[in-house]
Amino acid sequence: MPFLDEVIEALREEFGSAIKEVDTFRDQRALEIDRDALIPLCQRLRDHEAWSFNFLAALTAVDYWPQEPRFAVVYQLLSIPNKVFLGLRVLLAGDDAHLPTLEGIYPNANWHEREVYDMFGITFDGHSDMRRILMPHDWEGHPLRKDYPLGYEEVQFSFNYDEVNKRKKYARE
Amino acid sequence: MDMFEPEMELSVDELKHLVSQRALEGETMVLNMGPQHPSTHGVLRLLLELDGEEIVNCVPDIGFLHTGIEKNMEAKRYEQALVMTDRMDYLNNLGNNLCYCLAVEKLVDLDVPERAQVVRVILTELQRIASHLVWLGTHALDLAAMSVFLYCFREREIILDIFEMCSGQRMMTSYFRPGGLWRDLPAGFEDAVKEFLRYFPRRIQQYEDLLTRNPIYLDRTKGISPITSEQALQHGLTGPALRATGLPLDMRKMQPYSGYEQYEFEIPTASNGDVYDRYIVRMEEMRQSLRIIEQGLRRLPKGPFRSQNRKFVPPPRSELGHSMEAVIHHFKLWTEGFRAPKGAVWVAVESPRGILGCYLEGDGGNKPYRVHFRTPSFANLQALPALSKGHMVADLVAIISSLDPVLGDVDR
Repeated sequence: MPFLDEVIEALREEFGSAIKEVDTFRDQRALEIDRDALIPLCQRLRDHEAWSFNFLAALTAVDYWPQEPRFAVVYQLLSIPNKVFLGLRVLLAGDDAHLPTLEGIYPNANWHEREVYDMFGITFDGHSDMRRILMPHDWEGHPLRKDYPLGYEEVQFSFNYDEVNKRKKYARE
Repeated sequence: MDMFEPEMELSVDELKHLVSQRALEGETMVLNMGPQHPSTHGVLRLLLELDGEEIVNCVPDIGFLHTGIEKNMEAKRYEQALVMTDRMDYLNNLGNNLCYCLAVEKLVDLDVPERAQVVRVILTELQRIASHLVWLGTHALDLAAMSVFLYCFREREIILDIFEMCSGQRMMTSYFRPGGLWRDLPAGFEDAVKEFLRYFPRRIQQYEDLLTRNPIYLDRTKGISPITSEQALQHGLTGPALRATGLPLDMRKMQPYSGYEQYEFEIPTASNGDVYDRYIVRMEEMRQSLRIIEQGLRRLPKGPFRSQNRKFVPPPRSELGHSMEAVIHHFKLWTEGFRAPKGAVWVAVESPRGILGCYLEGDGGNKPYRVHFRTPSFANLQALPALSKGHMVADLVAIISSLDPVLGDVDR
């Protein structure tokens, strides 16, 4: 994908160490970036005349518990004129799970960010309406976190009795 | 708290933030619409702030159908998780299957034989027509045109019969599997689809005769909630609602999958972006889908209907009797499934409602580590406040149905 590589090269020059890694998997590119660089980088991607990443296609998160950094917030930007997707990843520590909102650049981030907040408990600074969206407003916990039980007891066998016991606190409903 | 004390849905403090100052002073009225309201197409609840008949603000409240599909999929093996996708958008079951299968195939780098690809295209296009028929029927019903609803469901039944023929199920088909199809097409499939192709164009014309120039329908839809392409993109609108603004964004052309680049078809667009234009675009899309199905039938090749890669796809039943290797593969696949490498893929397909995306992350095990669906209904519904502001309450039902939200798809 020569176009995307060109974009990434130019971004690397401009943002330097804020772009920590370029992940290439199958035919896709995903940039791992610093939390502080998110807003200026998206602004650049959207407003650059030739790149024109003018659509936020998806926004979600992944929980790597018990690893640290615990969360990754994943963005998929679409450049309609160039017909390509670019992935962005921002890694967040478990005790510092907040990042700036993208609402100012892509207004449709609003609901997607609310969903991430609802499901993972990651908050977005400056968001206009940080409420739960899918779960009831008085729900406790964030369901898509890996330490949130699915709602059944894990079956213990003699070979994994201790192993399951160790995470029993989380396996219980 | 006392057990019988009624719990407030929203506290007054929360309400304050959602409505304008005028509502608190009593100048405008706050009205609840739904979730049990026939023209919210499911269980959508809207908090409306009204100035007389005019909508000042509209706050959607969703989540009544949330069933934790993404969470459930993390606890199932790749091939088991497939059946959950049918239940998301229950009018686009095969499209959801396709999106998930493409993501898994990309993650494990699995080939799909030509025959399976063509069948996938034919069936997803039939599904698109079936979905648009439900949309057309309910949309017209919302605007009090009862007969269109009955005609649409009559034709949809033919398509569901074809699905039942292939998969044994009318709706929750799970017919596409990673690597191809569940089983080969049954005898009589081609004739059934040909019969439908022969029969259906006249029917589209009949629907158009009922609505396209109907003065009552025109009054209710022309000039209602117009939107420009830029605004639509800002609000995350995709699918027919975006194409009605004149922007031909369609994943089938933009990033062709399943061999869509080999088919000849056009992307219908309109220019005003109002409710009427969304109707026009969808009607034309049904005709284009017919074209694609026709081409698909003509090129339907013979050959295997699923990949021969036995690490991911089970061997045929006939081999189990004489091949030890086949027995081992069969046993391995049905007891522990296949393992996918560590990595994340993103796949986007065009559902009848817009861009349906699947973000799939594997961790080297046999279960997906994280699956996220970017569902078009969820993203499109976000535009509802912007689309309905300044219009009459009576127009709201037309605006909601013009977005074609499926609440199972919104809440997942």
